[in-house]
Amino acid sequence: MIVRIATEDQYRLPDEDAQRLNELDNEVVAAVEADDEDRFHALFEEMLALVRSDGRKLGDDELEESDVILPPPDTSFVEAAQEFTGDGLIPD
Amino acid sequence: MPGMSGRMSTVIKSKINKMLDKAEDPSETLEYSYTKQMELLQNVKKGVADVVTAKKRLQLQQQKLEQQVVKLDTQARQALASNREDLARTALERKQFAQNELQTLDQQVVELEAQQQGLIEKEQKLRSKLEQFRTKKEVIKAQYSAAEAQVKIGEAATGVGEEMADVGMAMQRAQDKTENMRARASAMDELEAAGAFDDNLTLTAGQDDIDRQLHELTSGSQVDDDLAKLKAELGSGSAASPALEQGKPAGQPTQDGQQ
Repeated sequence: MIVRIATEDQYRLPDEDAQRLNELDNEVVAAVEADDEDRFHALFEEMLALVRSDGRKLGDDELEESDVILPPPDTSFVEAAQEFTGDGLIPD
Repeated sequence: MPGMSGRMSTVIKSKINKMLDKAEDPSETLEYSYTKQMELLQNVKKGVADVVTAKKRLQLQQQKLEQQVVKLDTQARQALASNREDLARTALERKQFAQNELQTLDQQVVELEAQQQGLIEKEQKLRSKLEQFRTKKEVIKAQYSAAEAQVKIGEAATGVGEEMADVGMAMQRAQDKTENMRARASAMDELEAAGAFDDNLTLTAGQDDIDRQLHELTSGSQVDDDLAKLKAELGSGSAASPALEQGKPAGQPTQDGQQ
């Protein structure tokens, strides 16, 4: 699966990571709904770290569409409230 | 992963689909999107230039503040030496304020540096992807029927379109941030013009509005500490006429013992 971290890069991840990513996505939504800013930042960082560590950056010659696009790494809590709602970034 | 798609990618896709639907001739679409992308590349260059300008401005302000810190420190010493503790306190408060600002500025410059680097990398990446797209488009035009070409173009255009949208987003965020910094820099300029960092400390300390603001902004305890430190320094040296120390030629005999 291909995941983009907005304003950063596109990564190719093993499909197994999809489930973990989806779990984190749901947890982030819960944190945002609970108005828990610290928890949001911790979880979002974890999401980013997962993509960066497990993923391989796409080459400049690969024109691929992303399956999932994560918001920019410097996303604020206020901005997050608009992205992480309902099913989150990844529909369940 | 079928069915997985971020909100943003959906938006990008629908925009590109709309663009493809409008065009009747696939090669026309290709040329159009290629032209659009080249335009964006120019925008990215402008975005980088904006960030560089903002950074230069902040660096200038850094220099000014650094000079102010030195000057205010000297003024505080002079004031204390002349037994004007009130003025010394005001100078130290201003120094503390300037130091806090300096810290913020340092962070902002580092942030802008990273943003500038990021945008430059993004520009290079987009350039490579565009080159890839250009090659692909020639192949598609030459090898595929109109119907097949439409599909192939869709794929390539979505890929490059996403990259394009992402660069656009990175640029927008960089611009928003520099805009915030610019606003803050202007506010500082105004404060400076209003006398916050005035050259002479002849104002009656604690009387004007700026001083009241400074009292609120700076931490009292830090100023108290600084003041105590200065007193100790001056006390252990020539306590009698330290105000003259700075301008006094080295060889001139002192009158310390006589006062």
